[in-house]
Amino acid sequence: MNDVVLQTRGLVKEFGGLRAVNSLDFTLRRGELRCVIGPNGAGKSTLFKLLTGQLKPTAGTIHFKGLDVTRLLPHEIARAGIGIKFQVPRVYDSLSVTENLWLSARSRHGAAAGAIVDRVLAEVGLVERRTSPVGHLSHGDRQWVEIGMVLTSDPDLVLLDEPTAGMTHAEARRTADLVREINRRATLIVVEHDMDFVRSIAGYVTVLHRGAVLAEGTMDEIRANDVVRDIYLGKRPRARR
Amino acid sequence: MTAWALWAVAVAVVAALPAVLSPFQIVQLTVFMIYSLLALSLDLIWGFGGILSFGQAAFFGVGGYVYGIVGINSGSTTLALIAGVAGAAGLAALLGYFTFYGRVGSMYFAVITLTVTLILHQVMGTTADPRYAVGQARLGGYNGMTNIPSLALEVPGRAPLTLDPVQLFYVVGGLLLLVLALTRALVRGSFGRVLAAIREDELRTELLGYDPRWRKLVTFAISGSIAGLAGGLFAGWGNFMNPQVFSMFQSALVVIWVMVGGRSTLYGAVVGTLVVQSLTNYLGTASVTYTTVALGTALVVIVLLFPRGLVPAIEGAVRRVSGRRPPAPEFAR
Repeated sequence: MNDVVLQTRGLVKEFGGLRAVNSLDFTLRRGELRCVIGPNGAGKSTLFKLLTGQLKPTAGTIHFKGLDVTRLLPHEIARAGIGIKFQVPRVYDSLSVTENLWLSARSRHGAAAGAIVDRVLAEVGLVERRTSPVGHLSHGDRQWVEIGMVLTSDPDLVLLDEPTAGMTHAEARRTADLVREINRRATLIVVEHDMDFVRSIAGYVTVLHRGAVLAEGTMDEIRANDVVRDIYLGKRPRARR
Repeated sequence: MTAWALWAVAVAVVAALPAVLSPFQIVQLTVFMIYSLLALSLDLIWGFGGILSFGQAAFFGVGGYVYGIVGINSGSTTLALIAGVAGAAGLAALLGYFTFYGRVGSMYFAVITLTVTLILHQVMGTTADPRYAVGQARLGGYNGMTNIPSLALEVPGRAPLTLDPVQLFYVVGGLLLLVLALTRALVRGSFGRVLAAIREDELRTELLGYDPRWRKLVTFAISGSIAGLAGGLFAGWGNFMNPQVFSMFQSALVVIWVMVGGRSTLYGAVVGTLVVQSLTNYLGTASVTYTTVALGTALVVIVLLFPRGLVPAIEGAVRRVSGRRPPAPEFAR
């Protein structure tokens, strides 16, 4: 079981009478690139909040690298090595690009942060804008800042919530390359609505429905699955922009 | 190195003032600088921690009363000053522990700190009876605590030397510059940079692996200790403390000083205090009929004209005149 990096058992989260996550068993192996898809309300966002400690589960356990993290606080989970990139870039708008990256680097790397920031600035192509306040950047560049923050903190498991939201087609392609690049160093869970993107990063797909796993497999297997097609892929995936 | 030049000018000004001003003005300026320390304590937690505290007056008062109690009983004003700082820091840490670790929202935090201050006002007011005494020190209720010893220079093995007004002015001025330098180093160092991140987006910072609770707690305790230092110096300056230091008026005044000077600038707190207190004094001595109305009007005008405070407005004007590019935003490197 050494290569299992994340495992949830019987994970439940109730909001009043609503079960957003319903006895979810989810296993992720080290180095995997997993895409999580599902209609709105399937429990994708709740799952991410449970994994990062923003919500505490009603029942069930979460193990990360063999450690029970079910009851840990968000900053403890982050320190253990789970990083997240939000759907809408959640960056510090009034701080410079460098400062944003430094903050995420220092948390897990202390004094080595400076060198890491310089390296990642080049990787995400923001060297020339490093002193600009992030609030002055375009939406796409702000996405890159947040991806850069994930890279500098160098987590073992990265959660990406709709990384291509609001990106142009070219930017989305560049993101797909970067997702594969991150995947060389870290295990990844990607929530994404864009089916072209999911196919292009060629990950293993988990379909969530009403808080539980409906199907798992490659994108082609998922597309061939009648149940999935009915609840989710019934209409042909819309062509993007 | 304009920063070093400014520090040198500040030291030179403090050193030269006693030669220029009258003894009365020196005594006045000493208490203004003590108030500046109090304003600085608020700017640290409010301007940099993003947490509005109405409790700075409480820490100031606790610092002063503890100074009085320890000073009267032990005779050592150095010990009294240290105890005053420790007492205020302890109260701030206790209050901070329950509020930050209990995840109390910022609005409630402001209300809680104000409530604590007003409770202290009530409690200290009821201690007029002689049996409310700590050792030799009688608390004195609304009449106040009297006979608090003046700050003295204590060298082991020699008789304590009570500071004359000019010496006290130098001690307070030196402490003000020292605290200013230390807080500046704190907010520009890695602790302060993470604190700024927490102020910007607490959840984001938490998900990067930082615990916001103890960082806020530490900041608040440091802020409380600075306010306690100011309170101790105030008691040693005036030889007197009374519960009015815990009043609503005093609590609001600290916020006004920082607002007028400019939040998140540190020395703006000093400028704001000097401007508001000088104005108050002037209006008090000039034959203005409605002093508080005039003062209130002046404050409203200042806040309307310079919503971010005097210091940011002056900096902006200097930059426009000299045509220099604005520096990269705060903490940008």
